Amino acid sequence: MSSHSSVDTLVKMANQIGDFFGSQKSVDRTAGIVDHIQKFWDPRMRANIIDHVAHGGAGLNPLVLEAIHRLAETTGAKASK
Amino acid sequence: MSLIKEIDFGTPESKSSKLVTLTIDGQTVTVPEGTSIMRAAMEVGTEIPKLCATDSIKAFGSCRLCVIEVDGRNGTPASCTTPVAPGIAVHTQTPRLKAIRRGVMELYISDHPLDCLTCAANGDCELQDMAGAVGLRDVRYGYDGVNHVFARNNGSANFNWMPKDESNPYFTYDPSKCIVCNRCVRACEEVQGTFALTISGRGFGSRVAAGMDEAFMESECVSCGACVQACPTATLTEKSVIEIGQPEHSEITTCAYCGVGCTFKAEMRGEEVVRMVPWKDGKANHGHSCIKGRFAYGYALHRERILNPMIRDSILEPWRVVSWEEAIGFTARRFKEIQDKYGKKSVGVITSSRCTNEESYLVQKLARAGFGNNNTDTCARVCHSPTGYGLNQAFGTSAGTQDFDSVDDSDVIVVIGANPTDAHPVFGSRMKKRLREGAKLIVIDPRRIDLVRSPHIKADYHLALKPGANVAVVTAMAHVIVTEGLANEAYVRERCDWDEYQDWASFVAEERNSPEATEKLTGVPAAELRAAARLYATGGNAAIYYGLGVTEHSQGSTTVMGIANLAMATGNLGRRGVGVNPLRGQNNVQGSCDMGSFPHELPGYQHISGEKARAAFEAEWGVTLDPEPGLRINNMFDAAVDGTFKGLYVQGEDILQSDPDTKHVSAGLAAMELIVVQDLFLVETANYAHVFLPGASFLEKDGTFTNAERRVQLVRKVMSPKNGYGDWEITQLIANAMGLNWTYTHPSQIMDEIARTTPSFRGVSFDKLAEEGSVQWPCNDENPHGVPIMHINGFSRGKGKFVITEYVPTDEKTGPRFPLLLTTGRILSQYNVGAQTRRTENSNWHPEDVLEIHPHDAENRGVKDGDWVRVQSRAGDASLRARITDRVAPGVVYTTFHHPVTQANVITTDNSDWATNCPEYKVTAVQVSPSNGPTEWQQKYQELSEASRRIAGAIDAAE
Repeated sequence: MSSHSSVDTLVKMANQIGDFFGSQKSVDRTAGIVDHIQKFWDPRMRANIIDHVAHGGAGLNPLVLEAIHRLAETTGAKASK
Repeated sequence: MSLIKEIDFGTPESKSSKLVTLTIDGQTVTVPEGTSIMRAAMEVGTEIPKLCATDSIKAFGSCRLCVIEVDGRNGTPASCTTPVAPGIAVHTQTPRLKAIRRGVMELYISDHPLDCLTCAANGDCELQDMAGAVGLRDVRYGYDGVNHVFARNNGSANFNWMPKDESNPYFTYDPSKCIVCNRCVRACEEVQGTFALTISGRGFGSRVAAGMDEAFMESECVSCGACVQACPTATLTEKSVIEIGQPEHSEITTCAYCGVGCTFKAEMRGEEVVRMVPWKDGKANHGHSCIKGRFAYGYALHRERILNPMIRDSILEPWRVVSWEEAIGFTARRFKEIQDKYGKKSVGVITSSRCTNEESYLVQKLARAGFGNNNTDTCARVCHSPTGYGLNQAFGTSAGTQDFDSVDDSDVIVVIGANPTDAHPVFGSRMKKRLREGAKLIVIDPRRIDLVRSPHIKADYHLALKPGANVAVVTAMAHVIVTEGLANEAYVRERCDWDEYQDWASFVAEERNSPEATEKLTGVPAAELRAAARLYATGGNAAIYYGLGVTEHSQGSTTVMGIANLAMATGNLGRRGVGVNPLRGQNNVQGSCDMGSFPHELPGYQHISGEKARAAFEAEWGVTLDPEPGLRINNMFDAAVDGTFKGLYVQGEDILQSDPDTKHVSAGLAAMELIVVQDLFLVETANYAHVFLPGASFLEKDGTFTNAERRVQLVRKVMSPKNGYGDWEITQLIANAMGLNWTYTHPSQIMDEIARTTPSFRGVSFDKLAEEGSVQWPCNDENPHGVPIMHINGFSRGKGKFVITEYVPTDEKTGPRFPLLLTTGRILSQYNVGAQTRRTENSNWHPEDVLEIHPHDAENRGVKDGDWVRVQSRAGDASLRARITDRVAPGVVYTTFHHPVTQANVITTDNSDWATNCPEYKVTAVQVSPSNGPTEWQQKYQELSEASRRIAGAIDAAE
């Protein structure tokens, strides 16, 4: 049975978003991921994924990891690096 | 209000633009070339007597009652089959015509029972009317001799007589009253396209027969009601009319089943519905209907409907029936307590795609203005959210591009992941009509749906792809179009972003995206895919229709954008006959999305982060809005399990049955402290509810629905709500108990507010809808009558956007443990979770969900037709009966989710679309094995259900 820990769900969602924007030919693929997450994720989900990245970001693809770092900066939230 | 009777012009309208002028009884008439003389006469108000003619079907010329005389021509031609000609002088009433007509009627009546006073059609019988019209005073032949009327002639059995067929639960067939006008047979062919009826025998022995001379219920009849409507006598009659009598008034209203949005005349006697008759002027259905809208409205009066509010402190307790004041007070107090304790964002709402626009608008307003957060979502999340996202990305509008009428001009029709003849039957019939006229058909579906091969319909290509391979197939089609030079580059240069197109074109042209390279994973033979792509690109006007087989995947949004790419690359947008057409599931899926039900956007798809949009609503509502998106349904359950989400108001949506991965949903529901369910019945979700607010049916309230064509249509109240309130009133009661001071006295005021705040609805009002029948949004100052076809001179977003559609395989992969792929769908007679249709006679057609399995897979597992089988996935297991069929390919199994006992969603997983979290219902890796009956989960759930539905002092509540 699939896991329902909400962080696992968020990691999976973020990676799926990363798969899509990662395949686009735009100059800044990270920006697409950041924009999507900002537009569609509730703040507590964003805080959770930022927190997860602060703790190493296990399971996230490199592009997504970069995006979440940028998300953390833009939202001003503290993501200790 | 009186009984609405549409004019019957006798024969269909001619589409010719050339006009012809003639005289009829001395009156000059100008009509389009090809019009029948019968129709031309009716245009000037002259009703030529007729029996076998009606304007929904082609002229037939059999009854000979509509004869006329034309100066200078011999004989007395039938006016239904004789077209107008320039300058002719027609006479509709002469001594010769009078004598002929009277003679014809005399013959008809000599073989027809004379029980008019006790006949169900008394007052609504064209035979009776014609007898009156021709002045029939005598039947010289008498009633003895050979006839079809009497069971016995002179004491001995009459073998020409046939008993009444009452097998269909909704209508009867009484052959003794049949005049063999063929209208039912022709309606079944021309309007419905099922070809279930025929005339057996010849001459005097001719009889209407269903199927191979079977009972209606045993034949291939789909009970759409077209034959009943076409019948001029009491031969085919609704059982409700037989039981109640003729209606005395009617109201035009909109069906509350699927996204086609058929309009009906609700024919009433007092507050009792006598029958629902499809409205001829309805722009979505043009007088046609299906079994659900036409007949399955009885759920509103079902004994299981709950009419009194109920509350309980814990779901382990039985329900307590309370007053409205107490239930609303309890609801408001508990929501406030939860927000005080757990924070503003700990509660939310789910709007209904079955309720009206006004009701969805109020529920999301309750969340945004009352709760002070954006935790609002809707069942569209689990069906067409990828359509909203994908089409908005590509075109700039979250909706389909065409009206339904557009299909009449299509030369190539592509159906992807949709089953219109079951799920959107009235539009399915329209499509079949166009196919019979010669349009080509490409079906892309894992299953051999009826459209692939049915009477007089045959798909040119059926690409039976493996579930989950949509993106690969759509991209491979693009590969063929681009690499074979079939793209319409002139169109792309003019209308789309050329740089993005070039990026896209070089991506799709890569060898790895060719049909040959992807054949292994898609299961579609490359040659067939190539041929289909060529046909789409070069066959003339090509239209794509798609359904949940596209959206309900982990790459649902990508496929939607892939479809948009195909349409843009071939220039198939912006005119009649083409376009990208999502077939919406529920009656108001489009509307609930339009009304701001999604957590990230305000009504009219205005993102919540936009200051201008927020300012408009803040001014209207007098509050400050939260600029951050709220939680989606799936995220609500996650947050509930995490302990940060505690209270939910659910209007008209059975999330427990309809959402995937039931175990996760029930864990989420069980973790909440307050669940308020507003519905007609104690639906599955109500098992976990603390407050039950009885809802109203669509017959009991005013409002609007918006169908798949963006068409906004009125829903009219035809009876008082049996529960006491319309759903919009109940939401208002909650809002006011929370101190919001709403003062709506009629839903039209809510629509006025929507018009004030939502640019695409600026021109919509109940008055306009009543006047024009319907409008397709955007309806504003530039388009006061709405927009049937979008993106005519360019896209809403400016330039059309090509998006790269990289195929990413779903996590649901088959392997040794789960070697089969399960996909799910709907059936004609049942509707979604079945809460309504299961409580009607429709269950005669589909009493339980079954698992379709290929003979090969069945034999491997020792499964025989009708055996119980256990279907197991990573998420859970359920048992149901097997049906062995080659409609599904080896390796694929299929079921419906209409029955709660089946719990098909125990099996589906929490995988979802990357962009919108629309669940991946259409692909689940499963194993199927023989079983003895329901699984432990099913039995335990059954027990929980029964315990949870207890009502203290049940005598009051059950009534």
